[in-house]
Amino acid sequence: MEIRSIDAAAVTETVRTLFMDMNYHIGNDIAEELKKAMDRETSDTAKNVIGQILENHQIAADEEVPMCQDTGMAILFVEYGERVVIENGSFEEAVQEGVRRAYIDGYLRKSVVDDPVFDRVNTKDNTPAIIYTTIVKGDRIRILAGCKGFGSENMSAVKMLTPSAGLDGVKKFIMDTVNYAGPNPCPPIVVGVGIGGSFEKAAMLAKKATLRPINTRHPDSRYASLEEELLTEINKTGLSAAMPQDIKKR
Amino acid sequence: MKKIILPLTDEVIKDLHAGDSVLLTGTVITGRDAAHKRLYELIQKGEELPVEIQGEVIYYVGPAPAKPGHAVGPAGPTSSYRMDKYTPALLNRGLKGMIGKGARNDEVIASMKQNGAVYFGAIGGAAALISRSIKKSELLAYEDLGTEAIYRFTVEDFPAVVVIDSYGESVLVTKPKQTES
Repeated sequence: MEIRSIDAAAVTETVRTLFMDMNYHIGNDIAEELKKAMDRETSDTAKNVIGQILENHQIAADEEVPMCQDTGMAILFVEYGERVVIENGSFEEAVQEGVRRAYIDGYLRKSVVDDPVFDRVNTKDNTPAIIYTTIVKGDRIRILAGCKGFGSENMSAVKMLTPSAGLDGVKKFIMDTVNYAGPNPCPPIVVGVGIGGSFEKAAMLAKKATLRPINTRHPDSRYASLEEELLTEINKTGLSAAMPQDIKKR
Repeated sequence: MKKIILPLTDEVIKDLHAGDSVLLTGTVITGRDAAHKRLYELIQKGEELPVEIQGEVIYYVGPAPAKPGHAVGPAGPTSSYRMDKYTPALLNRGLKGMIGKGARNDEVIASMKQNGAVYFGAIGGAAALISRSIKKSELLAYEDLGTEAIYRFTVEDFPAVVVIDSYGESVLVTKPKQTES
């Protein structure tokens, strides 16, 4: 079996670049959707908000500053090829160092504290990053990473449904969670849903779903149409901006 | 778009209504969860505050670090509900305005009506854009809190919307999350 070696420094540099880029640059999928939403919206307030979000993205990209002050906690989903060996260091340390350098060199906010209850002392470099590793076949390492801020993370929820709850139970929980979050998470809001598995598996799937390009649909057409249906329902709530879209008549 | 000069006067506050778009010019102080908790505890004990809050507007923000040559890093609003528990005590002490994002609880709204105060919303997620209207940042208190310390920002045409006015009228369609302590 042929082994491929990757230098720890290459891992560090890749992770560093990933986290700086994701804080400065919005994905094309989201930029495109925002432009479409600008044409679709009829409310002046909504148009105004979308306009400012687009302008904000341009400033962040031009000046290489983060688009949001909350630059999140670093989360990485790693597919680690079983024929890869790391030279001159360990994979875990190389990733943590990449995150550390991105947050320090990139003027990103350090929001992580060590002990969450008693000490709450900031680690000053945004580590530790959360790393989920799956061992896969092959000689490559694939990293999917996110830096979700806690304004939206705090709106997350998990529910254990009984087998008889069925499709209605799933729909109700998703709509309840969105309504409960209200205007707290910043727009544009991406709703990631994970169904099945165990308590932690569903939550991990939901987190991973938030990283999916937003115009894509589930490969199973039944879930794809459920996504469409829920998206329509969610957009009917009139929520979705941290600023209100439905101004009450005075 | 109304241009508002800070500090807020009672006349200006009476003239602000939910839904008004405003541009704020003058100075605001900053503070988030940790700073609020400390101010609240001092008020409860009847002790002096390290920062005078009477007549002030407080902005719920923990900015990203400033790049060289910038007055402040990206500085968008954080979720306001986290401050709800402490807010009535600050309003009773003379705080006149707040800038954040999202909803407030009933106690905060009642206290705003009683004290004649206003709650503005800034656009969550427009931090780089907002930081352009912040011209100066000076540390006032609680340096140990880092980004959550209390700063004085000098702002020019800071864009915001009146989300809840001093009459208790709100533009929000939902209730806030109430469980956070």
